[in-house]
Amino acid sequence: MRKMAKTLGILEDKDRIFTNLYGFQDWGLEGAKQRGCWNATKDILSYGREWIITNVKNSGLRGRGGAGFSTGLKWSFMPKEVKERPHYLVVNADESEPGTCKDREIMRHDPHLLIEGCLIASFAMQAHACYIYLRGEYVFERERLEAAVKQAYEAGLIGKNNVHGWDFDVYVHHGAGAYICGEETALLESLEGKKGQPRLKPPFPAGAGLYGCPTTVNNVESIAVVGTILRRGAEWFAGFGAPNNTGTKLFCISGHVERPCNVEEAMSIPFRQLIEDHCGGIRGGWGNLKAVIPGGSSVPMIPAEQCENLPMDFDSLRALRSGLGTAAVIVMDKSTDLIRAIARLSYFYKHESCGQCTPCREGTGWMWRVMERMVKGDADPSEIDMLLEVTTQVEGHTICALGDAAAWPIQGLIRHFRHEIEDRITLYRSRKSNVAGHSIAAE
Amino acid sequence: MAKAKVNGVEVEFDPGMTVLQVAELAGEEIPRFCYHERLSIAGNCRMCLVEVKPGPPKPQASCALPAAEGQEIFTNTPMVKKAREGVMEFLLINHPLDCPICDQGGECDLQDQAMGYGRGGSRYAENKRAVEEKYLGPTIKTFMTRCIQCTRCVRFSTEVAGVTEMGMISRGENAEITSYLEQAVSSELSGNLNDLCPVGALTHKPWSFNYRPWELQKVESIDVMDALGAHIRLDYRGPTVLRALPRLKEDINEEWITDKTRYAVDGLSRQRLDKPYVRKAGGLQATTWSEALSEVAGKLKATSPEKIGVIAGDLIDAEGLKATKDMFSSLGVNNLDCRQDGSKIGRGARETYLFNTGIAGIEDADAILMIGTDLRNEASLINARIRKSWLKGDVQVAVIGEPYDLTYDYVHLGAGPKALKDLKKHAFRDVLKNAEKPVVLVGNGAISGSDGAAVLNLIASEVLSAYDVVRADWNGFNIVHQAASRVAGLDIGFVPHGDGLDTEAMLAGGLDVVVLLGADEIDTSKLKGSFVVYIGHHGDAGAAIADVILPSAAYTEKSGIYVNLEGRVQIAERAVFPKGDAKEEWAIMRALSEAVGKTLPYDSQSDLRAKLIADHPTFGRIDVKPSQKSFDVKTLGAKGEVSDRVFASNIKDFYLTNPIARASVAMAECSAARAPKLSVAAE
Repeated sequence: MRKMAKTLGILEDKDRIFTNLYGFQDWGLEGAKQRGCWNATKDILSYGREWIITNVKNSGLRGRGGAGFSTGLKWSFMPKEVKERPHYLVVNADESEPGTCKDREIMRHDPHLLIEGCLIASFAMQAHACYIYLRGEYVFERERLEAAVKQAYEAGLIGKNNVHGWDFDVYVHHGAGAYICGEETALLESLEGKKGQPRLKPPFPAGAGLYGCPTTVNNVESIAVVGTILRRGAEWFAGFGAPNNTGTKLFCISGHVERPCNVEEAMSIPFRQLIEDHCGGIRGGWGNLKAVIPGGSSVPMIPAEQCENLPMDFDSLRALRSGLGTAAVIVMDKSTDLIRAIARLSYFYKHESCGQCTPCREGTGWMWRVMERMVKGDADPSEIDMLLEVTTQVEGHTICALGDAAAWPIQGLIRHFRHEIEDRITLYRSRKSNVAGHSIAAE
Repeated sequence: MAKAKVNGVEVEFDPGMTVLQVAELAGEEIPRFCYHERLSIAGNCRMCLVEVKPGPPKPQASCALPAAEGQEIFTNTPMVKKAREGVMEFLLINHPLDCPICDQGGECDLQDQAMGYGRGGSRYAENKRAVEEKYLGPTIKTFMTRCIQCTRCVRFSTEVAGVTEMGMISRGENAEITSYLEQAVSSELSGNLNDLCPVGALTHKPWSFNYRPWELQKVESIDVMDALGAHIRLDYRGPTVLRALPRLKEDINEEWITDKTRYAVDGLSRQRLDKPYVRKAGGLQATTWSEALSEVAGKLKATSPEKIGVIAGDLIDAEGLKATKDMFSSLGVNNLDCRQDGSKIGRGARETYLFNTGIAGIEDADAILMIGTDLRNEASLINARIRKSWLKGDVQVAVIGEPYDLTYDYVHLGAGPKALKDLKKHAFRDVLKNAEKPVVLVGNGAISGSDGAAVLNLIASEVLSAYDVVRADWNGFNIVHQAASRVAGLDIGFVPHGDGLDTEAMLAGGLDVVVLLGADEIDTSKLKGSFVVYIGHHGDAGAAIADVILPSAAYTEKSGIYVNLEGRVQIAERAVFPKGDAKEEWAIMRALSEAVGKTLPYDSQSDLRAKLIADHPTFGRIDVKPSQKSFDVKTLGAKGEVSDRVFASNIKDFYLTNPIARASVAMAECSAARAPKLSVAAE
């Protein structure tokens, strides 16, 4: 059992938002209320929607779904007045990014923080209905979330004529397990009962989203932190992390660390501190670190030598041509076959491509097949450059970001570990018989 | 007008246009596969990527991006070139190298754009994908491995054709276009899917492996399979018309045609009458023109004019009708009729029998009442236009008559005359009353039969005057004709003169000589007692009972004038020569007139056209839709008793409505595919 000492990490226990992240306490309404949830929610609403949006903006909260766009700014894109079409809030709980498991813990252990956040955000955007689109595989989380929603209804916290004076309904919608439905417009399509394929933008959801109505789609974590931010003040939240990368953040650390874990930490915590303090260090010691995928499977990896003092936030990682993404840190030590690891991710993206637009549909399969050959070394060295060019032909040419997500891991691999691929090819060739014509007979 | 720059050249454009359209305004060609002017925007092929400033530093899909004031659009930068090459390469990696054996070869968007925008060679060394073939009915041949998933076919069938059978299943590189249950695409417009397909995935099944496009000669013509007069292009090789394709005509067919128009052309090579025949000793025997003409002339001279009748069919050009009318009028024959379906129209002003609103004008309508018409089968492309405006939510539709599947929702008010009388009690009354542009479509099902004139009169009083359908500024009264020859026939006056007999009366018996000018859709068994002269090009119902057959040219084998249902005069060009000894109808009449000693005053088609225009000035205005004119609706039809009946369309099988279609193998297959399946005992 690890020591629970305040010297570990940056964030102190008193500043944690997800105080039941590990499920040691009651997840239900009573427990949530004891932890501060649903406290003074009515007062928050009484300050009005402008106050809420301004404070969320001031807190510096950036979307926790991966792109890191300012949440308050996103809310402010919604029409100021409700015209003939109603407004909707949609919560993206289709957490399917390999390596990411933060929303899962929120819905399991602190569902009321999410529901409260839904109410506040919906009020701020004048939505009377909120849809939570849940990943297909999250069956237990669905049961928990539905139970929590039921509790909130029964307590009169949400629903018609609730204690907060803002008629508000929450619907939990269970997806069917497609990764692409985590893309916000594909999610809306799926929610409408259609095949989950991303829409063309513009129009953006704030103009025409769910059923053609103004809609904002937010990540679970972005919504769940809103209540606490407003209770404790934007300045409090903005006090953590580097400028423009403020707040606390759930990190999901997996891979070759001693104790993989989910942990809430201050933004911009140095990578080494995050690993050493919360995960017991790299398996086999710091020197055994080879590479890190810092933000879920879709961001490019970074090599060990760039990791030591690396602040884990949006801007620092972008400067290294990677990204914070969902803060799903995948740690790989020197026993890792990086080529094989990335080939597996390529298979994932090939499998999850929706098939709508050409570069992604055709490119993901091509990239995966070349990667599979590179795992064996059965390739020509010139194919490394060709593969890199194919990734750039996919990246930025697709309807949604899945094409980018499929391209980046390969780009990261080639950028930092090109020599490994070359060595693999050389090794494969050296083992191959040199007898002239040996391969002709079989062909 | 907003302004934008395309490659540095300033262009003005209407707000709401897309970047692709603006670039085209500037004369820049943007390659595309999924984008189509008449379909919704999918934006999935990514071939139309351009660089746009201000905007993100990556190429944008120009088909879906709204153009903005002050925008700078670049179509020739390295970024755009690389994007196009990249997309092209992706499209080709799983596309088979079938071009030498592909029917699309030579007119393939993928082939052309690969030449224009692709790389020289392929870098793809992996295995290619293969996709199982699908069954999509008798008109569509599939090679699904060639499919590039542009979804044009899916969008056409759901949006324009109004059938939901097509879709894309699976995802990623396993995505496939299919009809889900491998059923035939149940649309009369299915051939357009093959046109829309930018690659060779969907090709024309009836024409498969028959030709290479560059072998064909092309001529612009007018369709005669229905009364719309769709603009078509006939492609022929030697003496054979191999295919009919749509031409762009915004006011009539946009760029669609029906399967009958397209695929019935194989009927032109079957069952043809290529020699004159005379019935001898109970059988038809081939003979010479002079013998056949003298046989007919002798019979005509020996018969008194009131014992002679002439019925004209549906496919005759105006020249043939004019010459026939002139010839028989000179003999004093009053029993002339061009309405073999028995509809009771054509006596009054031109507006009483036209489709006054116009084919394109129908999209302006805000309320439509259909009376006795199966519009989807009688005028498919007008039906598609109504669907288009229904999809936009611009129109409400009600139907009186047999309820057919029209591909959009409508209110069914009743089956027959009673519903007409009860219209004032129905809620749809208010829709008509409040409509600014109400439209009434009257089909053959209502106005044929012995009480047809009375029904027409009832429509005039209960609908047209009650809801102000015909006004000075709006004429919403429309007759839905089915025959390409009908309006020309009525314009020429090919109707009974004085106390002459109409089709129904002629068929009642008592005539000694009946001349059938391509008339096959009548009950020929009633003509057993008469001497029947059949002038036509197919061995169909009329030829079977004929005593003399005079072979004539089909619509592809002559230049002819046709008037479509909205009164538009159009000229079709000749593609190939008539089969064997066959002649144009007007030439046959000219020869026959000489044989009976009443020589017609024209020796050439141009003389005849001059006479036609002199006698009927409306023929002088080529390709102009007559402007909407008001008329006195009280003159419609005649007062009389109406019987309680169902207004049912006379089209029982869309694919088999004329002799050419009945001779066509493709049409027979379409008809069989649509017929209800017989259950097998084991089921």
